[in-house]
Amino acid sequence: MAADRRMPDGPVSKQAAPASVDAAGFGVRLDRVSKAYGPQKVLKEISLDIAPGECLALLGPNGAGKTTLFKLLLGLVRPDGGALEVDSVQSTAPVFRSHRAAIGFLPENVSFHDAMTGQELLTFYARLKGVPAAQCPDLLERVGLADAASRRVATYSKGMRQRLGLAQALLGRPRLLVLDEPTTGLDAALRQTFFDILRNFKDAGVTIVISSHALTEIEARADRYAILQGGRMTAIGTLDALQQESGLPVRIRVQIPTGKLAALRKIIANRGTLSPQSDGRVEIACAPGDKVALIREILTSSIPVSDIEVRSSSLEDVYAHFSARGGQA
Amino acid sequence: MSVVFTLALKEFRDGMRNRWVAATIVLLAGLTLAVALLGSAPVGTTKASNLAVIVASLSSLSVYLVPLIALMLAYDAIVGEAERGTLLLLLSYPVSRWQIIAGKFLGHLAILTVAIVVGYGATAAIASYSYISAGEIQPLVSLIGSSILLAAVFLALGYLLSAMARERATAAGMAVALWLAMVLLYDFALIGLLMADTGHLVGERTFASLLVLNPADAFRIFNLSQLGVGSVAGLGGLGATVAIPPAVALTSMVLWVVASGALAYIRFGRRDP
Repeated sequence: MAADRRMPDGPVSKQAAPASVDAAGFGVRLDRVSKAYGPQKVLKEISLDIAPGECLALLGPNGAGKTTLFKLLLGLVRPDGGALEVDSVQSTAPVFRSHRAAIGFLPENVSFHDAMTGQELLTFYARLKGVPAAQCPDLLERVGLADAASRRVATYSKGMRQRLGLAQALLGRPRLLVLDEPTTGLDAALRQTFFDILRNFKDAGVTIVISSHALTEIEARADRYAILQGGRMTAIGTLDALQQESGLPVRIRVQIPTGKLAALRKIIANRGTLSPQSDGRVEIACAPGDKVALIREILTSSIPVSDIEVRSSSLEDVYAHFSARGGQA
Repeated sequence: MSVVFTLALKEFRDGMRNRWVAATIVLLAGLTLAVALLGSAPVGTTKASNLAVIVASLSSLSVYLVPLIALMLAYDAIVGEAERGTLLLLLSYPVSRWQIIAGKFLGHLAILTVAIVVGYGATAAIASYSYISAGEIQPLVSLIGSSILLAAVFLALGYLLSAMARERATAAGMAVALWLAMVLLYDFALIGLLMADTGHLVGERTFASLLVLNPADAFRIFNLSQLGVGSVAGLGGLGATVAIPPAVALTSMVLWVVASGALAYIRFGRRDP
C-alpha cells in the first residue's frame, strides 16, 4: 500500500492512497527522481507512490515539470538520479518497452499525421500496440468520432483531435493511463463524456495519472492531488488532507436575527472570526477541525437559524495556498 | 517484425498519397525518355551500343538525381516527426527506435524502388521496341538494382542527419550540403588532386580507393564496369581504368548503408523526445 514518503522539503500528507483491491492497474513508484536538461533542473528529487487503481492528479503551472514527469513514466527519458518503477519494472530497463503496450498516453496538444483519416490512424496505432483493429470502430464510436472516421485528420477541429488522442490512449487494455491536459479543447458536454469514460476505466481498476489546469473540473475526480512547483513536489494528498494541512478556514454562513449576533459571538468565542455580510448573513471562518462542533453548538443553541451554508476550501484555494508557499521556498 | 511492416506501410502510403511516388516517376521517366531519344542521335560511329550509351547517360543522371530524391525523403523522417509532435506519441508505443528507422527505411525504399523501376522501365520499353537484343538488357537491370542501392545509401545518410538536427530547416540545409559534398565536390577534389599530383605521388591504388570510398563514385564505377565503356563518362571512367572490381564498388555502398543506418540509430537513441 502506498504510504507517502516524506519529502525533504515541503509538506506531505500522511494520508495513504485509497485502498484498491483490484490488481488490474499498474503501481508506480518514484524514488528521489531528478532530471535536468543542461543546467536547468526540471525535476528535483521527486518521490511518489501511486497505488494500482488510483487516480492521481498532477497540478502545477507550465514549466513545473509535469510533462517531463510523464516522459519519465513512459520510460522515454532517463532520470539523472533516483529510480522509477512501473509495475515493479525499472522504466529504464529494456523489458519496459513491452510494458508500454499496457500504457495509454495522451500527450499535451496531441498531433497526428494529417493526411490520414481518423480510422486509418487509429488502426495504425492499434497495429503498433498489437491490438486487433476490430476494436477501432467501437472506440471511435465511444469518443463520438464515428461519423468523422473516414475524414482526413487535417479537417478535424481541436476537440476532435483531442478525442482521437483519447481513443488511441484507450486502445487495448490499458493498465495505466497517462493523460497530459486531456480536456483542453473540449466543450462542457464533451468534458462530461470524457470524465464518464475515465470513470469506467477507474472502476475497472486502471491506474490514472492526469494533469490539468482546470482545477474546478478535476476537483473530486481524483483520489489524490500532487502539486508540482518548479520541479519540486510541494504537496500531495487527498483533497481532505490538503484542506486540513493548508489550514485554510471553512466558511459557515448563517442567517440569524440581527439581535442574536452577540449570542453567536459568545458561542464562537476564539474558535473563529465573525464577519457580517451585506446580505444580512453572518460568515464564520473557522479551522476545518472545529467545523462540526461549531455547527452543532449553533444549531442546538437558542439562536433561531433560518439558513446555514458551509463552504470548505476548494481545490483552487488549496492549490493557491501551496503554490504561494512553494514559491517562497 | 509486424511493427516494422506497419511503419513501412504507413510511409509507403504517405508517399503514394502526397504524390511523391508519382512526381518521382514522372521526373525519372521523363529524363530517361529524353536521354533515350536524344542520346540515340550522335552515337553512330562509337563501338558502344545504343543501350550502353543510354545506360551510361542514365547512370550519370542517377548519380545526381537518386541521392537528391532519397535525401529529400529522408531528412524529415525524425526531426520532422519531432517538430510536428508525432514522435512523442509514437515513442510511447511499444516500438523501439531501430524499428522506427527500419520501418521508415523500408517504406521509403519501396517508394524509390517503384519510382526507379517504373521510371527506368520506360527506357527498356522504348529501347526494346526499337533497337535492342534481349541479351543487352543486363546493364539496365544492373543500373536499376544499383540505383536502388544508391537510394538506400542516401536514405540512411538522410536519417542520420534527421536524427542529429534540432530543426527541420537545419536538416534540410545539411542534406543539401551533404549532396553537394558527396556528389559534386568530392569529385572536384579528386580531380584537383590528380592535376596537382604531377609527380605521381598518389598511386593508382590509393586513387582508386579514394574513388570507391565515395558511394556515388562507387555507383558510377559499378555501372560502367557493367558496360565495359569506361571512357564514356568522366571521372567514373577513371575507376574503370584502374580496374576496381564491381563487387568492391557494391560492397562500398552496402557498407555505407550499414554504417549510416547504425549511426542514425545511435544518434536517435541519444535524442530526448
